[in-house]
Amino acid sequence: MNMDLSRRAFLKGASVGVAGTTLGAFGFGGVEAAYAASVKPFRLTTTKEARSSCPYCAVCCGMMIFSAESKAEAGKMEVTHIEGDVDNPVNRGTLCPKGAAAIDYIKSKTRVKYPMYRKPGTNTFERVTWDFAMERIAKLMKEDRDANFIETNNDGVPVNRWPTMAFLSGSSVTNETGWLTYKVSRGLGMLQIENQARI
Amino acid sequence: MTNSWTDIKNTDLVWIMGGNAAEAHPCGFKWVTEAKAERGAKLMVVDPRFNRSAAVADHYAPIRPGSDIAFLSGVVNYLLTNDKIHHEYVRHYTNAAYIVRDDFEFNEGLFSGYDEEKRSYDRSTWEYVMGPDGFAVRDMTLKDPRCVFQLMKKHFEIYTPEMVERVSGTPKDKFLKVAEWAASTANGERAMTIMYALGWTQHSSGAQNIRTAAMIQLLCGNIGIPGGGVNALRGHSNVQGITDVGTLTAAIPGYLALPTDKEPTLEAHLAKRTFKPLQPNQTSYWQNYPKFYVSFLKSYFGAKATKENNFGYDWLPKVDVAYDALRMFDVMHQGKTTGMLCQGFNPLMSIAYSGKTVAALSKLKFLVSMDPIETDTVRFWENHGEFNDVDTASIQTEVFMLPVTSFAEEEGSFTNSSRCIQWKWPAADPYFESRKDIDILSDLFVRIRKLYETEGGTGKDPLMAIDWSYENPLEPQPDELLRELNGKALADVTDAEGNVIRRAGEQLAGFGEMRDDGSTDGSMWIYTGVYGPKGNFAQRRDNDDPSGLGVFGNWGFSWPANRRIQYNRASADPQGKPWSEAKKYMYWDGQRWTGPDVPDYVATIPPEQATGPFIMNAEGVSRLWVRGLMADGPFPAHYEPFESPVKNPIFPAIRGNPAARVFNNDMEIFGDSSEFSIVATTYRLTEHFHFWTKNVHTNAVLQPEAIVEMSEQLAKEKGIAMGQLVRIWSNRGEVKAKAVVTKRLVPLQVDGKTVHTIGLPLHFGFIGETKKASPINSLTPPVGDANSQTPEFKAFLVDIEPVSGPVA
Ligand code: SF4
Repeated sequence: MNMDLSRRAFLKGASVGVAGTTLGAFGFGGVEAAYAASVKPFRLTTTKEARSSCPYCAVCCGMMIFSAESKAEAGKMEVTHIEGDVDNPVNRGTLCPKGAAAIDYIKSKTRVKYPMYRKPGTNTFERVTWDFAMERIAKLMKEDRDANFIETNNDGVPVNRWPTMAFLSGSSVTNETGWLTYKVSRGLGMLQIENQARI
Repeated sequence: MTNSWTDIKNTDLVWIMGGNAAEAHPCGFKWVTEAKAERGAKLMVVDPRFNRSAAVADHYAPIRPGSDIAFLSGVVNYLLTNDKIHHEYVRHYTNAAYIVRDDFEFNEGLFSGYDEEKRSYDRSTWEYVMGPDGFAVRDMTLKDPRCVFQLMKKHFEIYTPEMVERVSGTPKDKFLKVAEWAASTANGERAMTIMYALGWTQHSSGAQNIRTAAMIQLLCGNIGIPGGGVNALRGHSNVQGITDVGTLTAAIPGYLALPTDKEPTLEAHLAKRTFKPLQPNQTSYWQNYPKFYVSFLKSYFGAKATKENNFGYDWLPKVDVAYDALRMFDVMHQGKTTGMLCQGFNPLMSIAYSGKTVAALSKLKFLVSMDPIETDTVRFWENHGEFNDVDTASIQTEVFMLPVTSFAEEEGSFTNSSRCIQWKWPAADPYFESRKDIDILSDLFVRIRKLYETEGGTGKDPLMAIDWSYENPLEPQPDELLRELNGKALADVTDAEGNVIRRAGEQLAGFGEMRDDGSTDGSMWIYTGVYGPKGNFAQRRDNDDPSGLGVFGNWGFSWPANRRIQYNRASADPQGKPWSEAKKYMYWDGQRWTGPDVPDYVATIPPEQATGPFIMNAEGVSRLWVRGLMADGPFPAHYEPFESPVKNPIFPAIRGNPAARVFNNDMEIFGDSSEFSIVATTYRLTEHFHFWTKNVHTNAVLQPEAIVEMSEQLAKEKGIAMGQLVRIWSNRGEVKAKAVVTKRLVPLQVDGKTVHTIGLPLHFGFIGETKKASPINSLTPPVGDANSQTPEFKAFLVDIEPVSGPVA
């Protein structure tokens, strides 16, 4: 499979080839070693590569995403570079102005870093823990479900629906996320479920 | 798409209408360029604007927004009156020969069975005449005056080239060239592809727009052949996959249906959907509906689903009212909704009539946003001056903004608009405290179930019945979830002769292995095969294309059954021979159906059996006449948008689509042409994706602020200079944008009146790096298509005026 021959391995091979033949063939001898030492390693040789897909439109252009140790968060990998996947038969390595700038989306100034919470009537978001947020949402949902869930209709037929809760499901999540979203929202009895297919 | 992006290279003629692929799908549009360069294919574009696709077209025709059915019906009429149709295809592969009931009528724009108060039809007169043998009656000579073909001739005769010009504003010669070029493919030797997007769907007659296009392709014989098809370009990256999975009000994955109150038992539900063939020897594939349904139930409820409890049918919610987005916000506006979860969704920007949306959100007790970035919706309670002028202190909604991983930080599969399921691998770690959607929702679900376990509560049983047997219930893995979608054998599965074809515990290789006795599971039958016994085919990356036809059969997995062109049996004639050497694709080799693709047909059925190529339909053929399957008519008819600069020139008594829903029958919400004389339409720019990329630095630099495109004539009339700030208002709200005065738009003559159109890119809001703006949907009407309820974003009325101040 193509993915076994990683681009990084290929580039390593190529750069060794350049140093070992072209410069050598011109006979620069010791200069060659000094020069080679002064050249910074090509950035892609120190990165990890993954094949991914553009998050925006439904052409689903293949992407090669490169990552390295994060500068902002020690011990984590962060994206350092994105380009089109040359192996993808649809986009063949190209990206449009959206896909080509996707790294700025990952690092957007308005990227959400922590769970945030706005109390009724207030004018600000405050940072909260995941545990606080999840506990509170679960409680709000349970309270309303207990109050408004309909087990049977007037004819006594089981209908098991929760009419007062809505879920807008994203169409840029994976199929697996979509299926889990389905299970959770429908499993709770929701009928107010919608995604971007209609709009 | 019926075909695929890479298949476009096989075409001889590309027709783009209701979309602008060069602008909105640039990397897919390259296949149009390929067909032009390598095959000498022609490109024609019909659009209100001379857009980026038109800029590289061989022919461009302008059209007034919202008049597409008149234009397309004009093409249908042209093909019929000039006898430019693919006769054998029409006779054998469509329902042209079927006889329609005697009491069906069409008068003054209304089909028989209309109820004005309910704004809907009793569709019983739209059915076929049934014979004593239980099959539908046909006249294969197509001469019977009540056959679909003859009814069609009569129905469409009014759409003459002159009428098209009068209604659509398209100069007659420009229209005729489109019709002639389309007709040049009605022969099995040349192919035309039609590419469309939201420019067709976002109308009150959106579904009929696409249907009329499909009729043209059927008359020309362009469905099921390489380089043909009706191809939806689609919006969001995984909108295809998420539509398949069916996170929609009344859906079950794979286009199955949630039960309604009128179907108290599983038997009653299945009986309504297990369609028997309408002709002898037809496949009528929906006969297998019970197998797919029971497999879903087995997957959803696991071991708790048994034969005795009808596989858990009673636990499923039953639908009383279907909630599309417009209805959801209408109900919320009435104060009937307590909470809402928004996953990667920004409704304040994307739902029609933003003024109503913000008022509706303010009535929620709580709102949860799960998104990698901040949205305008999650800050709906914040005052942003004229752009979001709310009284923060009075809004009592509790709001949670949860950080979610970005696309690069997770793995799983996406289904592109070619229906190809492709895996992506994670490239980085979750950003700061962000978590995956899967983990957040699992955490929430497990917590809620724990509360029910400890405290009890209403509706506990159906909630506890959901199968959640993941290795780690708090972090189900994408690999597990895709296997679940695919399905497996729970007991040995045997064929008709009793041979074991799948051992208990093995993944299913195809949906043909599904059973209705509880011996198989699988959440979504159409994806079965993507993760069969041989592993995860979404991860396949073999980009070999031995036929050279852009099939790429070993790249990912295209549903259904890894088929790349749907209805491909129709690429051969009734005897099984290719229509022509040029269009050779799937054919009968004397033993079986073969060719570069997976046949959309039972591979061993010989041509003599006359089994139709449209195996999903009970007729075995495609439908030029849709019987009662559409809400607004068995044929399309031209209806004006709800806000229109003219009265319907063909059916003057009718306003809008008579079967479209208007909340509380409230016509007041619509503006009138006496007050608002300019047509407005919304669209995307190549530099932006909806409302995300205003948060992305590069894209915000490329397109930094809201613009309005208008013709030189209109700018002059209104005294507006290039770059000047313009106020645009409708009956519902107003926005401001900078004027782009352009030759791309021209006024058109419609029914004796000069009609101006302005163009409004939709990307701007009050959150992000672009200059603050009001949501464009402040202007749009909350009315949707009669079938899909897709809002009418593409044709509504406004007025404009210059705002004094410096021009930049
Ligand atoms: S790079 Fe552009 S064309 Fe390709 S998927 Fe992304 S948005 Fe679509």
